[in-house]
Amino acid sequence: MASAMTMTQKILARRAGKESVKAGELITAKLDLVLGNDITSPLAIKEFEKIGVSKVFDREKIALVPDHFCPNKDIKSAQQAKDVREFAKKYGIKNYFEVGQMGIEHALIPEKGLVTAGDVVIGADSHTCTYGALGAFSTGIGSTDMATGMAAGELWFKVPDAIKVVLKEKPQKYVSGKDVILHLIGLIGVDGARYMSLEFSGEGVASLSMDDRFTIANMAIEAGAKNGIFPVDDKTMEYINAHSNKPYEVFEADADAPYAQTVEINLSTLDYTVACPHLPSNTKTVKDIGEVKLDQVVIGSCTNGRIEDLRVAAKIMKGKKIAPGLRCIVFPATQNIYLQAMEEGLLKTMVEFGAAVSTPTCGPCLGGHMGILAAGERCLATTNRNFIGRMGHTESEVYLASPAVAAASAITGKISAPEEVEK
Amino acid sequence: MKLTGKTHIFGDNIDTDVIIPARYLNTIDPAELALHCMEDIDAAFVDKVQKGDIMVAGYNFGCGSSREHAPIAIKGSGISCVIARSFARIFYRNAINIGLPILECDEILSEISEGDCLEVDLSAGTILNKTTGKSYSSEAFPEFMREIIEAGGEIEYIKKKLGEGVD
Ligand code: SF4
Repeated sequence: MASAMTMTQKILARRAGKESVKAGELITAKLDLVLGNDITSPLAIKEFEKIGVSKVFDREKIALVPDHFCPNKDIKSAQQAKDVREFAKKYGIKNYFEVGQMGIEHALIPEKGLVTAGDVVIGADSHTCTYGALGAFSTGIGSTDMATGMAAGELWFKVPDAIKVVLKEKPQKYVSGKDVILHLIGLIGVDGARYMSLEFSGEGVASLSMDDRFTIANMAIEAGAKNGIFPVDDKTMEYINAHSNKPYEVFEADADAPYAQTVEINLSTLDYTVACPHLPSNTKTVKDIGEVKLDQVVIGSCTNGRIEDLRVAAKIMKGKKIAPGLRCIVFPATQNIYLQAMEEGLLKTMVEFGAAVSTPTCGPCLGGHMGILAAGERCLATTNRNFIGRMGHTESEVYLASPAVAAASAITGKISAPEEVEK
Repeated sequence: MKLTGKTHIFGDNIDTDVIIPARYLNTIDPAELALHCMEDIDAAFVDKVQKGDIMVAGYNFGCGSSREHAPIAIKGSGISCVIARSFARIFYRNAINIGLPILECDEILSEISEGDCLEVDLSAGTILNKTTGKSYSSEAFPEFMREIIEAGGEIEYIKKKLGEGVD
């Protein structure tokens, strides 16, 4: 008899053509999508050419997104973007997204319907784990794995053990997916889920929007996880049906699936959570953080640059003015989100508020361009990493929080809860 | 294969942003990347490091981004091997794939000083601290990963596999 499996293990077993798999087992699984960006793809292309195959395994199952240093930030980046563009052309890669039609990869790929439930996805970007929100197994790998994936259409994996995260009840107004995942990382640490899956479950899942789930799965890597994954429910299917024609398959963890650990989070008692420098696990609630003055606020990234994030930020900013001396930069994550935010008047609200609104790019999230910090400067960002030097000078500081906290903080100039500005 | 070199010691959670900051990722040239290896945590590292030296670190080495530029920069700086209490999983894969030897060893870090001379036997998985005379063992790689390492990295491995006409 097949032994009980987690949701992740079931997907891996199916794509490896096996009836069952166990944690620790090394398997080879078929790939439904191989993803790369303008930083990781050039290296993958170089390695791919060494393999000596004349074509990629499937022109429709590779996605190339120039988002990190694009629109090109300097001459060298322009060359890297050009190399990716030419590779896409040479091999007839269908899913290449040019500046003007692109977005940050992890917001763009689900929006374009390129991942659906039950898929196995690898991406040469650590936040590829985002698509677990759709009930897919997706994980970050490096450029050489991307190269072999593009050539062979399969890759080896070590079947992961899992941590079960049980979500209970509902979050309060303005408490979001970002607070859930920061709270969890604070609990288990930046390597708390190393080599493991984070499998979310419980009745609390239903109260989370798809955008919340994307945010949570996105940051699974910040706990060291191989992947984060959500069960497929009505909201997931509605999202998939609205964005994709691809067939999908729904997997469910067995009731007696083996978990290394179970963590319970009561969403109703969660408070606004902030990760202080220099680790995502260094969390405090806004209440306990004291007075933290800011030089810059960034709203965007693959973690929190989606339409709901912009809606909540604009709602809090509406009719208010940015704190004197502060810079606020907003990055809608895709062209589509940008357009939608424009149509809903969110961008107007933000510009009137005093924020700079940028075209979709990773930009400042990784200290690339468009908002780099000087020595001694402090930024609150809705991004996912606050390592030393992540957004600029090694003596700058990054605090991570939700869009609601970011917007409120942009009004006061210090880390603040939304209620403080809505009085 | 035996490697001998002086140690450079780092702490826990050494992330890929400090191994090679993103601002230098507009190139894939190993020599250029190596010039900035560990710059944000130890600006003097690239001047101190000598060919064959060994990096020793704590838990979760290489956490963060998937950038393969990180093990490439380390290898390019002259480091012959990284020993850590544990590695982040993407870094672990990347190091194997590009042929940077890595070993997991828990005990060594608490009994080592900067600059100690180590001798590492990769096939046996043993580490000898020649300065203190103490020896340590680390877990051997699973057979499958040894095949990748022996083939000279993942590209050579997959070349062989595709050449054999696997599906
Ligand atoms: S927005 Fe930031 S974390 Fe997301 S893909 Fe871009 S650089 Fe990486």
